[in-house]
Amino acid sequence: MRDFSYLRANSIDAARQAAALPGAMLLAGGTTLIDLAKCGVTEPETVVDITHLRGLDTIAVDDRGAMIGALARMSSVADHADIKSRFPAVSEALWQAASAQLRNMATFGGNLMQRTRCPYFRDPANFPACNKRSPGSGCSAIGGVTRGHAVLGTSEACIATYPGDLATALVAFDAIVHLGDRQVAVDDFFLLPGATPDREHAIGPGEVITAISIPASAAARRSTYLKVRDRQSYEFAAASAAVGIEFEADGRTIRDLRVALGGVATRPWRARAVEDALKGKVLEPDAVRRASLLAIEGAADHGANHYKIELAPRVVARAILKVGETA
Amino acid sequence: MTSKTPIHLTINGHRHELEVEPRVTLLDALRDHLGLTGTKKGCDQGQCGACTVHVDGQRVLACLTLAAQAEGRAVTTIEGLAESDGTLHAVQAAFLEQDAFQCGYCTPGQIMSAVACIREGRAGSDDEIREYMAGNLCRCGAYPHIVAAVRQAALEVAS
Repeated sequence: MRDFSYLRANSIDAARQAAALPGAMLLAGGTTLIDLAKCGVTEPETVVDITHLRGLDTIAVDDRGAMIGALARMSSVADHADIKSRFPAVSEALWQAASAQLRNMATFGGNLMQRTRCPYFRDPANFPACNKRSPGSGCSAIGGVTRGHAVLGTSEACIATYPGDLATALVAFDAIVHLGDRQVAVDDFFLLPGATPDREHAIGPGEVITAISIPASAAARRSTYLKVRDRQSYEFAAASAAVGIEFEADGRTIRDLRVALGGVATRPWRARAVEDALKGKVLEPDAVRRASLLAIEGAADHGANHYKIELAPRVVARAILKVGETA
Repeated sequence: MTSKTPIHLTINGHRHELEVEPRVTLLDALRDHLGLTGTKKGCDQGQCGACTVHVDGQRVLACLTLAAQAEGRAVTTIEGLAESDGTLHAVQAAFLEQDAFQCGYCTPGQIMSAVACIREGRAGSDDEIREYMAGNLCRCGAYPHIVAAVRQAALEVAS
């Protein structure tokens, strides 16, 4: 790990000023930054530690929604009683992510800033070509071992899978990223790789995530996060789905539906085609399975990751039926 | 830019002053600067849990924590678990009784993680123990005995 200078921010304004300096990077939980610095992927000149800032770790939930401070730990949010009751998909996405130790370190805001990464991206010594690391150098993954790579939202420049669980739930429930006074919908915060996979977030130099808000909704209250993976715990998703349903008064006609996919796309992936196909319809297994196929419209595989195209709609359908059954 | 800076760390209730480069992790500070080698370096990239310590009572990975970040926080390592008269912590005793290791390299991390797991109330069943201990890998495969030790210690702590 290349050495850097360490600066402990004493205020959000000081953090913004320091973060705007060339080569500066914010340090919160450090679970991505320190890891990637050890791999030689990230080489910050200055690390700006914001973990000693006060007042940024509050979790407030009321009838309008949740406001979660950027420095709230993943474990604290996952265990929060009101998050569990009003946003179960968010709590479930959090506790199924990483390990207990990492969840105690990683912050809510930092989680959104984790890099979209693949094994080739993490290994500069053996694979110098990576458009995400060195724009224009090529992609080592295309034509390589692609079992974990994305099938949705890929480009000729990058096929790395967005690995996070939390943002998949957030994108389903229209969460908003607060960068001080500026607000960005989570759906707009994550960028497609296109020709510039090095740019992953709609955040500028000197901007600091201060909070994330999630509007209250009946669909969020009746929601789940279903994560299917190669091993039962401490593993990235092979495919996952965040789903929320609101029924009409009859208890079977779908008034509102939220569907987002994880583990299969280059960014958190809202599946609006599935939502639109089922809204106004009675929840019925065959119709749900047919509509869930719309989740992978436009999918393209690179050989070994073909299974994700079959798996993802099944995970979506199972999640919808699971939430639909819970009275 | 790479000059050493003085930091103060509180480890197992004792205050230490050391001069380290900013990039030095808490794990390297413990092992190489303070001689506290009970905390193990396994993968050194946040995947194995061998370096698990407590910071302000929460289990974290020392390999992904900068030493400078731990300034002003209370750090507890495996060396700080037993009582001053040498009486072992209930989790340490349970690991011995259940023979919950083979080579022993992952054991300090397993024990630090288990102490926190029990405190968090996540040791209610074998499935829950497996889920909430998943961040600690054991290459010898002593998992059945580790689960038994955590289960036993959880009952003892509760009683």
